[in-house]
Amino acid sequence: MSMNKTCLHQAHIDAGAKMVDFGGWDMPINYGSQIEEHHAVRKDKGMFDVSHMTVIDLSGNESEKFLLKLLANDVRKLIDGKALYSTMLNNNGGIIDDLIVYKRSTNNYRIVVNAATREKDLAWFDQQITDFDAEFTEMPQLAMIAVQGPKAIAACLEVLPEDISQQLSELKKFCAIDAEDYFIGRTGYTGEDGVEILISEDNATNLWNKLLKAEVKPCGLGARDTLRLEAGMHLYGQDMNDDISPLECGLAWTVRKEDVDFNGAEAMNQLRQNGITKKMTGVVLTTRGILRHDQQLVDENGLTGIITSGSFSPSTEVAIAMAIVDKNFGSEVKVQIRKKELPVKLVKLPFVRNGVSNI
Amino acid sequence: MSYVLDNLKYTESHEWIEKLDNGNVRIGITEHAQSALGDIVFVELPEEDSYATGDECGVVESVKTASDIYTPIAGTIVAVNDALEDAPELINESPYDDGWIFEMEVDNADDLDDLLTAEEYRNSITEDED
Repeated sequence: MSMNKTCLHQAHIDAGAKMVDFGGWDMPINYGSQIEEHHAVRKDKGMFDVSHMTVIDLSGNESEKFLLKLLANDVRKLIDGKALYSTMLNNNGGIIDDLIVYKRSTNNYRIVVNAATREKDLAWFDQQITDFDAEFTEMPQLAMIAVQGPKAIAACLEVLPEDISQQLSELKKFCAIDAEDYFIGRTGYTGEDGVEILISEDNATNLWNKLLKAEVKPCGLGARDTLRLEAGMHLYGQDMNDDISPLECGLAWTVRKEDVDFNGAEAMNQLRQNGITKKMTGVVLTTRGILRHDQQLVDENGLTGIITSGSFSPSTEVAIAMAIVDKNFGSEVKVQIRKKELPVKLVKLPFVRNGVSNI
Repeated sequence: MSYVLDNLKYTESHEWIEKLDNGNVRIGITEHAQSALGDIVFVELPEEDSYATGDECGVVESVKTASDIYTPIAGTIVAVNDALEDAPELINESPYDDGWIFEMEVDNADDLDDLLTAEEYRNSITEDED
């Protein structure tokens, strides 16, 4: 089976990218050094091709009603041009996916879901939408470039058409510009300021090249992962999955409490009544070594936990991780790394936000 | 592009082996291996002890992943490159020189003939890439 390629594939090859199979997509993991790319985003500006992500447009008279059923978060909070992060739950209260939904106008939404979960998500949409006067369309003709970093907005102001730049200069966090050729959200997955630009495939390479000229550093999915981990942002398939409740992995804030008419609501109430037993925490290794997904944690009383995402943190130069641990987890915690038990420190997430370390 | 030095021996698992003047061998990972791993951020150095051929003796960790290091030959590890504790990136910057990992006293010098030549290693990584 041949791999999917984004419309920027050749641009990556030209920029010297090392390409890897990322859920069936041939994507850049780095363009030389993922640590340098990481620092570019924390200190200056970098860009990521995230065109592999799935964009879904939703319209019809009962679009809002449909999303109220489909999503754990409350889309009624949204005004036109505003974005919301939400989990999408199954009826057992596990997480099918996490996503961003933008309200474009009344009963008109744009949703971005993960690439790796595309088929599962579309099947779920299909199944759930039947009772509603609403319809959704996948938008594979859109490319997506995330420009991130303290100087990302300035670079975009330089290269975008004047009318778009004007709007961007006034764009608030978590809001979007909805113009004919550009859909630009002031959102991201790095813990830095920046935008995610949806643009037609025809115009994507041109924009990428203009950003290159404005000295925006191309960054691969390797740097994207260490940036999001430092920012304490969840990765689907690691920090959450179909069997993990948002209440037990640090995503309770995406679940509305005041009504029960959404998928998974009953499971949420049940879990609250029976008692939540786990929580998400940040972990820092206090000796040499690297924390990794699936390493076991144990506290002074024998309570346990598991690392869901772990890596070396380029900004703090220590190993960091997100972990799901027992709700009553103690403070003297050790991690099992191969044959050794090493001490770790538990910290609040995020580790780094807007260039500043919290640990 | 990967480079492979003609004067060294190699393993399928991407270690290089250099014969030293005192009869011992020095071992590291190849340029090809460091490039595949990406930025190296931690090295768990081997214990100075005796090993059989192909024993796991240490670990090289990049941001992306952890990769075991194997003893390419039976013998005793007599030295490790302590500089890697503070500067694991030496393996990226200088895989065949400052980024060496350990030295061994070889049990049987004839075993060295079983290792891959530069030519054979070059062919094996070209097949990987195809």
